[in-house]
Amino acid sequence: MREKSYLRALGAVLLAALPLLLSGCSSALMDPKGQVGEEQRVLIITAFVLMLIVVIPVIVMTLLFAYRYRESNKDATYKPNWAHSTAIEVVVWFIPCVIIAVLAVLTWITSHSLDPFKPLETDSDKPPVVIQAVSLDWKWVFIYPEQNIATVNEITFPANRPVEFQITSGTVMNAFWIPTLGSQIYAMAGMDSRLNLIADEQGTFEGRSSNYSGAGFSEMTFKAHAVSEEDYQNWITKVKASDKTLSYKGNYQELAEPSEENPVQYFSSVSPNLYNNILDGFRKGVEDKGEHGEVSNSEHGERVSAEAVE
Amino acid sequence: MFGKLTLDAIPFHEPIIMVTVAIIAIVGAGVVGWITLNKKWGYLWREWITSIDHKRLGIMYFLVALVMLIRGFADAIMMRTQQAMAAGGAEGYLPPEHYDQIFTAHGVIMIFFVAMPMVIGLMNLLVPLQIGARDVAFPFMNNLSFWLFAAGVVLVNVSLFVGEFAKTGWLAYAPLSGAKYSPGVGVDYWIWALQISGIGTTLTGINFFVTIMKMRTKGMTLFRMPIFTWTCLVTNVLIIAAFPILTATIALLTLDRYLDFHFFTNDMGGNLMMYINLIWAWGHPEVYILILPAFGVFSEVISTFSKKPLFGYNTMVWATMAIGVLSFIVWLHHFFTMGAGANVNAFFGIMTMIIAIPTGVKIFNWLFTMYRGRIEFASPVLWTLGFIITFTLGGMTGVMLAVPGADFVLHNSLFVIAHFHNVIIGGVVFGMMAGYSFYFPKAFGFKLNEKWGKRSFWFWLVGFYVAFMPLYILSFDGAVRRMQSYANTDWQPLMIVAWFGAVLILCGILCTAIQLYVSIRDRKQNQDITGDAWNGRTLEWAVASPPPYYNFSHLPEIHSIDNYWADKQKTQGKAQLEDPESVEYNDIHMPHNTNAGPIMGLFSIVFGFALVWHIWWMVGVGAIGMFAAFMARIFSENTDYHIPAEEVKRMETEHYNRVKMQA
Repeated sequence: MREKSYLRALGAVLLAALPLLLSGCSSALMDPKGQVGEEQRVLIITAFVLMLIVVIPVIVMTLLFAYRYRESNKDATYKPNWAHSTAIEVVVWFIPCVIIAVLAVLTWITSHSLDPFKPLETDSDKPPVVIQAVSLDWKWVFIYPEQNIATVNEITFPANRPVEFQITSGTVMNAFWIPTLGSQIYAMAGMDSRLNLIADEQGTFEGRSSNYSGAGFSEMTFKAHAVSEEDYQNWITKVKASDKTLSYKGNYQELAEPSEENPVQYFSSVSPNLYNNILDGFRKGVEDKGEHGEVSNSEHGERVSAEAVE
Repeated sequence: MFGKLTLDAIPFHEPIIMVTVAIIAIVGAGVVGWITLNKKWGYLWREWITSIDHKRLGIMYFLVALVMLIRGFADAIMMRTQQAMAAGGAEGYLPPEHYDQIFTAHGVIMIFFVAMPMVIGLMNLLVPLQIGARDVAFPFMNNLSFWLFAAGVVLVNVSLFVGEFAKTGWLAYAPLSGAKYSPGVGVDYWIWALQISGIGTTLTGINFFVTIMKMRTKGMTLFRMPIFTWTCLVTNVLIIAAFPILTATIALLTLDRYLDFHFFTNDMGGNLMMYINLIWAWGHPEVYILILPAFGVFSEVISTFSKKPLFGYNTMVWATMAIGVLSFIVWLHHFFTMGAGANVNAFFGIMTMIIAIPTGVKIFNWLFTMYRGRIEFASPVLWTLGFIITFTLGGMTGVMLAVPGADFVLHNSLFVIAHFHNVIIGGVVFGMMAGYSFYFPKAFGFKLNEKWGKRSFWFWLVGFYVAFMPLYILSFDGAVRRMQSYANTDWQPLMIVAWFGAVLILCGILCTAIQLYVSIRDRKQNQDITGDAWNGRTLEWAVASPPPYYNFSHLPEIHSIDNYWADKQKTQGKAQLEDPESVEYNDIHMPHNTNAGPIMGLFSIVFGFALVWHIWWMVGVGAIGMFAAFMARIFSENTDYHIPAEEVKRMETEHYNRVKMQA
């Protein structure tokens, strides 16, 4: 009787917990809105299922063996000196090896297909939107180099068109992450990182720094709006209408000062090469050996020529 | 005169801290008063503080770890409470300034000052007994290691009420931990607490490596060593190889902070990626340093209580060594999102998964040890079964994190938090609790109360799942680690569930405290007279409980892995003690206790504290004090003595008579 009431209580608790457990299913990672996130959802589930092949038998065997070979069960065989079986040892090495071999192949393939630096292969015939993301204490500055505008804590881009994020930091390390769309990448001072994402449908997604960066870290969030091409153009026009501008030598330095819970801001124009200036700001005293290969060299060349024009 | 130290450093305006300090002061005064009233200072100094006896040092390590567990857990439940409250604009009760110190302190304390001393404590207690030695290779160094570790503990606790602790996360990632972004003394406390205790750990690693390699008794070849000693051997190799990396990395950070160097700063050629690589080159082996001895405990427990030899001993040894080697080539999986190329990420991901193979084999070996056994469900077995299931799940989420493509969305999220608590609570904590209940009678001569031990286990097990399963679910919605507050109110219900889980774990800790009290109260009924409390299999059970300070009156000779068990089988499963009257005893050569260890530890606190606050004259005092005590020890000729044969005979006779009387 007592046992039954225990079980009933357990059932009630589980039933009450069910909505909470199911809330995982409609979550950002399990219901992604972009091709990168979708590939990751499938990958997580695949890895999970592959691991269950060994995890479930282990749990079942643990409970079964513990019950069957309990001390009071005198019917069970007891072999006090049995401690070796080549057959069993071969099997217990072989099964994990096979599963890990399958996972290794999967890892190799997806590490390449999901490489955040790699431009996305999409149906879109339009070139990717380029957004430069700079983490500051404790806010995000987004620069649209092609449109020559900038924002704080908000981005808008067209859905169904790839977005190339160029990511760096003007302070300590952060990580740029829009969970609903997929991958994250560290933002590091003096480092120019890449993240390629796409939104497969329109919507507003939460973005944030996922790497702890100090006192204002919790509120270092932003909104990412995936909209139609038309709304995207309208949004640019709206930003262009702002009376504020952003320049590296001017108000960028003020913006870089620590501040918390920052409101959205728009800048109708930015000083040329703002992003590169921010990168170079941390390269004082460092000779550029071009360690990033050709890309960096050509970029560096561009930067020099741009400065010459200035 | 006092560097950066002024009265402002004491946080009078923080009620939470002041109340904590008041409680510590009252409890501390109570303990000191009790010792003074009972005139126990002399006894404490002679028998414990200056002791070089590995068993006593082991007990002291474990005791400090249990006290620090309370501190670390207080941090944990404060964080859970904050996160249960601070949703949708609510700020909770802890401002970021305070919350950030708490999660940093929680991580540092739980790893360095709870898990490490538990592991090292058990190692101290058992390794010499298991290999048939009378002490470790360098007994003075062993005492010094303990006091350097204790100095680190003191510095961390001083930071609570003089100044502040680091607000950087437990690994103090640069450049956040650099002078520019963390100008306060918090990171300096972190540096010196870890540096001083880390050197103690390195010395321990050397000490036990040499002990195991050189001091095994006659007949004990490497492949006849008890499996716990095997895991300790690999752990000590890892300590020797990994801890110098930590020491060097912290030293570089120290140069950055104190002398304006630029190893890890943002500008002037500093490179934060170097810091992250270095700290994890130590950090990843560190988790295996903790888990391997726990594996060893589980192996001993499962074989003893199944009343069978460990299944696949050789496989177990090779799996342990494989894990040890592999642990050094996986560190990059802690930062796949740094932006390394796909080939590099894939390599480290696959290497990480390969560790799952020997680990999986170990789990099957434990299962097949139970197979066709006669399992007695004593509390160490419950911890072991709880471990097998929990750790397997933790291993699964670990493999998921090891896939770089998946890690790109799981990294930095609560998934990581849930995963490593899954393996550290399920593995290390359960392992140490199993070891605590299993080896307690060996250390003290009486068993722990089983009823309260089992209650503790069930609270811990259920508490763990209630506290951490919600975090896995939340991570799928993009909840990240180290949030002081969050906007999404949908997360709050699960955060409250997680808080409730922490409360259940608290009940588990309380049960352990009650268990200790009840067990000491009833120690007469639970006495372990023979020294073989659980019908054990290896050498440590062949001596009295607690063992005489010389461990073995005659160094034993070993013929097989479970030698003590095999010997008992020859005499109907009962151990036969030789009548001391018919045995010839010799003088035993033993090291003297030393006051150099505690004195050096004391001066290292002065040294570390002075460096934290830039009190340069005091740095000199600390350094000279340490050096002088060390020199005094080096030139001392009174370091060892002989226990007369009559004394050995007297003690052996006493034990013999007690066993006879019980029989």
